[in-house]
Amino acid sequence: MIGNWLDIGPINQIEAGTARTLPVQGGEEIAVFHTLCGEFFALVNKCPHKQGPLSQGIVHGDVVTCPLHNWNISLRNGKALGEDEGCVPTIPLKVDAGRLYLLRSAVIGGGEAGARAA
Amino acid sequence: MNAPSKIEAGDAPGPQSGPPRERLVVVGNGMAGCRAVEEILARDPGRYDVVIFGAEPRVNYDRIMLSPVLAGDKSFEQIVINPQGWYDDNGITLVSGDRVVEIDRTTQTVIAASGRAEPYDRLLIATGSDPFIIPVPGKDLEGVVTFRDLDDVGKMLAAAERGGSAVVIGGGLLGLEAAHGLNLRGMKVTVIHLMPTLMERQLDEAAGYLLKTELERRGQTILTGANTKEILGADGKVTGVRLEDGSVIDADIVVMAVGIRPNTALAAASGLTVERGIVVDDHMVTSDPAVMAVGECVQHRGACYGLVAPLWDMCRVLADKATEAAPESAGYQGSVTSTKLKVSGIDLFSGGDFSGGEGCEDIVMRDASRGVYKRVIVKDAKIVGAVLYGDTADGSWYFDMIKRGEDVSDIREALIFGQAFAAGGALADPNAAVAALSDDAEICGCNGVSKGKVVACIEGGAHSLDAVRSGCKASASCGSCTGLVESLLALTLGGNVDSGPKTLCKCTSFTHDDVRRLIVEKELRLIPQVMQELHWSTPDGCASCRPALNYYLLCAWPGQYVDDQKSRFVNERMHANIQKDGTYSVVPRMWGGLTNPQELRAIADVVEKYNAPMVKVTGGQRLDIFGIRKEDLPAVWADLNAAGMVSGHAYGKSLRTVKTCVGSEWCRFGTQDSTGLGVKIEHMTWGSWMPHKFKIAVSGCPRNCAEATIKDFGIVCVDSGYELHVGGNGGIKVRATDLLMKVATEEEALEVCAAFIQLYREDAHYLERTAPWIERVGLQYVKDKLEAEGAIGRYAARFRHSQQFMQDDPWAKRAAGDEAKLHQHLAEVRPFPAIQMENA
Ligand code: SRM
Ligand SMILES: Cc1cc2nc3c(=O)[nH]c(=O)nc-3n(C[C@H](O)[C@H](O)[C@H](O)COP(=O)(O)OP(=O)(O)OC[C@H]3O[C@@H](n4cnc5c(N)ncnc54)[C@H](O)[C@@H]3O)c2cc1C
Ligand code: SF4
Ligand code: FES
Repeated sequence: MIGNWLDIGPINQIEAGTARTLPVQGGEEIAVFHTLCGEFFALVNKCPHKQGPLSQGIVHGDVVTCPLHNWNISLRNGKALGEDEGCVPTIPLKVDAGRLYLLRSAVIGGGEAGARAA
Repeated sequence: MNAPSKIEAGDAPGPQSGPPRERLVVVGNGMAGCRAVEEILARDPGRYDVVIFGAEPRVNYDRIMLSPVLAGDKSFEQIVINPQGWYDDNGITLVSGDRVVEIDRTTQTVIAASGRAEPYDRLLIATGSDPFIIPVPGKDLEGVVTFRDLDDVGKMLAAAERGGSAVVIGGGLLGLEAAHGLNLRGMKVTVIHLMPTLMERQLDEAAGYLLKTELERRGQTILTGANTKEILGADGKVTGVRLEDGSVIDADIVVMAVGIRPNTALAAASGLTVERGIVVDDHMVTSDPAVMAVGECVQHRGACYGLVAPLWDMCRVLADKATEAAPESAGYQGSVTSTKLKVSGIDLFSGGDFSGGEGCEDIVMRDASRGVYKRVIVKDAKIVGAVLYGDTADGSWYFDMIKRGEDVSDIREALIFGQAFAAGGALADPNAAVAALSDDAEICGCNGVSKGKVVACIEGGAHSLDAVRSGCKASASCGSCTGLVESLLALTLGGNVDSGPKTLCKCTSFTHDDVRRLIVEKELRLIPQVMQELHWSTPDGCASCRPALNYYLLCAWPGQYVDDQKSRFVNERMHANIQKDGTYSVVPRMWGGLTNPQELRAIADVVEKYNAPMVKVTGGQRLDIFGIRKEDLPAVWADLNAAGMVSGHAYGKSLRTVKTCVGSEWCRFGTQDSTGLGVKIEHMTWGSWMPHKFKIAVSGCPRNCAEATIKDFGIVCVDSGYELHVGGNGGIKVRATDLLMKVATEEEALEVCAAFIQLYREDAHYLERTAPWIERVGLQYVKDKLEAEGAIGRYAARFRHSQQFMQDDPWAKRAAGDEAKLHQHLAEVRPFPAIQMENA
C-alpha cells in the first residue's frame, strides 16, 4: 500500500487558503490546495476552460476561482460549477501524520477524471 | 524474560465453579478494554476467566475526565469507572502496573515485564494510543510532558504549584484543555499551533477565530501558524521554546499535545497485520482469529479513531462476537464522530463532516451580539455535519440526525434555528414562527425595536429592508435581526417586498456602503471578524468579497491591518500580470514616463537573461516585459531593483501610471513643467491601494497631449495655474473628466490630488473606478466633501499617513526572499517505478 503513495512533504508547506505547484517530468503539473477549512486536494493545474493555472486562483470553501476568467472549480471533483461545463482531473491525496501523499499512479498518469480524493 | 517464570493459569477464583472456562486475556486496562469486558459480562457472565493487564498502576478510570481533574473540577476518585470491587466481584484478575512485553501466538501466551505469563484462549488487545512527540531538539528535557494519563496530570499539577510559564504545543482538543487547566491553576500559558486555525480538524476558520478570541480574552497567548523549532533547556531542565521564526518563549513546563499514534508495537512484534493501527475486521478480529483488538489501537476499514464514542460501538460488536450473542450481526460499520471542547464557559460542538463537498449546502447563522456561530451542512436533503459555537444546545439533535441520516427536506428552512423551532411541524416555516411572536417581542436588540414598531413602519410605506432600516432603525446596527425583519416584510406585504440595493456579494445581506461603515464603527480588524460580526452566510466568503474586505480593512486601518495574501487576486499576490499561458509580464515604474540609459540597459539585460519573448511600450508610457515564469520573478525583480527600478503596479487596484507630456521645459506651447509635476505626483501616489486602478496624467497646455481628460485625475496646465479634472475613463465606456477646480500653484495641485484620491479610497465601492463612482454619487457630492472648511487638508493628511506604510517596493521584499513559497514549486516529480513496500 505505502509504496503506491508518493510523499510530497509536510502539510505546513502550504498555507491554508493557498495552493502550491508540483511539476511532473513528462506529465501534467499538479496544484496542491489547502482550504481554509483545513482540507487538502490535488488537481491537475489546468483550468478546463483555457488551461488557466488554478493554483493561482482565490480559494474559498472547497472551490477555487480560476485567475484567468473566474470559472469556479470544485476542488473535490474538479468539476466546473454553475453555468460552466468542464472537469479537470483530480489526484487522490491523503494526509498521514502531518505529511501529504499523492497516489503515485495518478501523479504519473495525469490524474483521475472525476475521481474523489481519498 | 521470555520464559514464563510463574504460571497462575486458573488460580483466580471465579464466581461459579463448573467445567473449565475459556481464558480471556486483555492487554490494556483502559477505557475500551474494560468496557469490552463489561459488555461480555452483560451477555454471558460465566463464559470466560478474565485476566486484565494494565501498564498503569491503578484501576480503570475515565481518561477523558483528566481534563477536569487538571482544571480542579474533579478528583481522581470521582473519575474512577471500575473500582477494585468490580474486578473482585466478577472474578477478574487485574494485573496493574505490569506492562505486557510479548505475545507468543504459537503457545497462546502473553508475557509481562515482571515475567508473569498468562495463557489465553482468546486475547483482546486494547493498548490505546501513545502521544506523538515531535522530534525536535530538547524533546527529552525534564519538564517536557505529554497529556495522556494520570501521571502526566500529576507532573502538570506539580509544575503549576511552582508557578511560572507553560507552553502547550498543539492547539487541538487536548492541547486546549491542558492550556485551560494550567491557566486556571495560575500559570502564564502560551499555545503554539502549527495550523492557522485552532482545532482545525473539528472547526472551520470562523469558529476557530471565535475560539481563539475567547481564549485570548482569558489571558492565554495563542500563536497560530507557529512552528516549534527547538525546546531550550539548562541543566537538563526545560527553560523555553524557540520557534521557526527565531522568537523564544519562556517555559517552566512544555506540554506536547500534537496528536496520538495507535499503540501497535506489541501487536506488530507478534506478527499481526498492522498498518496505521492494528487491522481488524467488522467483528474486531485481527489477522489471527484468536486475537481481537478494540479501541484507539485499531484500524477499521482504514480509519483510526481518537474519541470514545466509536469505542463503545466497537465494544458492543466485539462482545456479540466473543459470546456468539448475535451471530447475524452485521458487525461494526464505522462511526461518525462529534467533539465537544471541555473548557468551562466555552460552548463548542462539531460533528460529522463539516468540510463541505460536492452537492453540499451550507446553512450558516451568526449572531454577533451573542457570539454565536452555527453552520449546518446539508447534502441530498440530509445533514452531514455541523459546527456550533456559542450555542451548542442543538448539537446532539443535529448529531442524531446525522447518524440516522434523517431526511430534513421538510424542516430545511427552519433547521438552523434549532430543534425547538424546527420540530414544531407548522412552525417549520420561519415566517410562521415570526408571525406567532407577540407585538411586544423585541426584534432588534441593538436599537430596542419591537415587532409592533417594525410592522407599523412597514405599513407606513417602508417596503424594503433598507427602508425599514432607515425608518425604524431595526436591523440598522449589527444586522443580526435581518432575517426576522425580512420575515416581517414578507408577512406584512405578501410578495410585494422591494428588493433592496445590491449587496456586496451573495455571502452577505449588507451593501458595500454598510460594510465600509460598520468596519469603522465597530472597529472590525480582521476578515473572519467582519464575517462573524456581519453575519456572513458562508464560512469563509467567496472570490468577490474576500478581496473587497481585504481592501476595506487596509484602507480603514493603515499601518495596522496585515494584508491577507490569500484574499488577493493573483496579479496582486504575485506583483505581476498573469498571461494566458500562465507566465507573467513585468512592468517597472518609469516615473512620469521618463527613463534613462541605466534603466533601459537593465531592462534589455533582463529580456536577454530570462529569454523574455517580447518587450513592448505600453499605453501608459513605460515598458512591459513578457513571458516571465513565476519562479524567475524574484530574480528579475532583483536585477531591476539593482538599476533603481521599483514595481510599476501595472497589476494592481492601485495607482498605475502618471502620464506626462513634454511641457514648458522643451515644448513651444508649454505653460508649466508638466513633466516635473507628473514625476512629483507619481512619487507622492505610487504604491497606494485603491478600490480600482487609478490613472493620472499631466498635460502642459490645453492641447492635452497626455490625454489628461480621460484619466481618473487629470491636470491641464494653463498660464494662470492648473485645472484639476476628475472621473475620466478611456476604457470600456469612455468618459471625459469633470472639472473639479482650478488652483494657482503646484503645491495646491498636489494637495488636491492627494485629497481626491483619499476621498475615492474611503468612499467608492471595491472595483468601482472613479468614473462610475462619480456618476453614482454626483460631482456635487465630491465637491461638497472637498470644499468643506479644511477638508482638503484633512483628506490629504490621511492619504499621506497611509502612504507611509504603502511606499515599500513589494518587488524588493520578494527579491529578498519574502513569501518565497508563492514562487517556488513544492517539489518536482521525476517518475520512477513504484517501489513495493507492503507492510514495511
Ligand atoms: C499593458 C497595457 C496594454 C499596452 O501594452 O499598452 C494594458 C494591458 C492590460 N489592460 Fe489596459 N493596459 C494598458 C493600458 C490601458 C489604457 C491606456 C492608459 O492607461 O492610458 C487603458 C484605457 C484608459 C483607462 O484605463 O481608462 C486601459 C484600459 C483597460 C481596461 C478598461 C478599464 C475601464 O475602466 O473601462 C481594462 C479592464 C479592467 O481593468 O477591468 C484593462 C485591463 C488590462 C489587462 C490588465 C487585462 C487583464 O486583466 O489581464 C491587460 C494586462 C496585460 C498584461 O498582462 O500586461 N485595461 N488599459 C497597458 C499598460 C499600461 C501601463 O503601463 O500600466
Ligand atoms: C486528557 C484527555 C481528554 C480526552 N477527552 C476526550 C473527550 O472529551 N471525548 C472523547 O471522546 N475522547 C476524549 N479523549 C480520548 C479518549 O480518552 C480515548 O479515546 C480513550 O481513552 C481510548 O480508549 P482506549 O482503551 O483505546 O485507550 P486507553 O484509554 O488509553 O487505554 C489503553 C490502556 O492500555 C495500557 N497499555 C498500553 N500498552 C500496554 C501494554 N503493553 N500492557 C499493558 N497495558 C498497556 C495503557 O497504559 C492504557 O491504560 C481524551 C483523552 C485524553 C488523554
Ligand atoms: S486591449 Fe487591453 S485587455 Fe484587451 S487585449 Fe489589449 S491589452 Fe488585453
Ligand atoms: S482558463 Fe480558467 S476560467 Fe478561463
